[in-house]
Amino acid sequence: MTLPPYAELLGLTLDTDDAGHPIVAMAFADDLLGRPGFVHGGAIGGMLEMAAWIALRHALGSDAATIKPINVTIDYMRGGRERTIWAAGSVTRLGARIANVAAIAWQDDRDRPIAAARLNYLLRR
Amino acid sequence: MTGFPLPPGFDPARFFSARVGGHGSRLGIGYQAHGADWCELLLPFRSDLIGDPARGVLASGPILTLMDMATSVGVWLKRGAFLPHATLDLRLDYLRPATPGRTVIGRGECYRVARQVAFVRGIAHDGDPGDPVAHVAGTFMLLDAA
Repeated sequence: MTLPPYAELLGLTLDTDDAGHPIVAMAFADDLLGRPGFVHGGAIGGMLEMAAWIALRHALGSDAATIKPINVTIDYMRGGRERTIWAAGSVTRLGARIANVAAIAWQDDRDRPIAAARLNYLLRR
Repeated sequence: MTGFPLPPGFDPARFFSARVGGHGSRLGIGYQAHGADWCELLLPFRSDLIGDPARGVLASGPILTLMDMATSVGVWLKRGAFLPHATLDLRLDYLRPATPGRTVIGRGECYRVARQVAFVRGIAHDGDPGDPVAHVAGTFMLLDAA
């Protein structure tokens, strides 16, 4: 899977978790800073959107459907500190025209997310 | 994050011209205009912000960052001071793709400040405010209000 230029700007790299599902890592860089000491919420949101898109692409497999984002809702639960952030998406429902996807971002502990997103996508097959 | 003296008023033009580094600078986000409770920021088109190389369309993430910042400045303007807050939630509706090559303008407004929470809304467009690319609604947690 090739990542778009914006993912490169964020410094995203792809990995897999113990279950073999794709996860995304964003190493800390000064270019990601928002208020002093914290990663910008926009960068975390952009990362969550990429994690959701990757999970959906993964779920679609060889299906060459085009994916258009309809909307995103992001909850910020903890500040992102100056170290690596991880994110993973999961497809809640894959329909013929609509996909519902969730994503979380975490730092120390996957069970203590720093942010979570829900996204709706339009699929064109 | 309380207990330090805060200068009265808040001037977003000075804030953006004095800014060094950070994610907004990396994306090229700049100041355009403001009023008593709103601010317009610019996101000039750049190839390293593309999310869909086949169509040359901007990724949604930079627009999300633009709207987070524009609404955040709206809160500082409505409160009349650069006080600490954190984004609690943001929702964006992506109404249409931004036109490749065009600057995206983000207008964020703070329409209500309660004791602990500020409520914001806004639109992003690429030249015609009547034909927006995105709509945003969100809230900020006021960190000086505890």
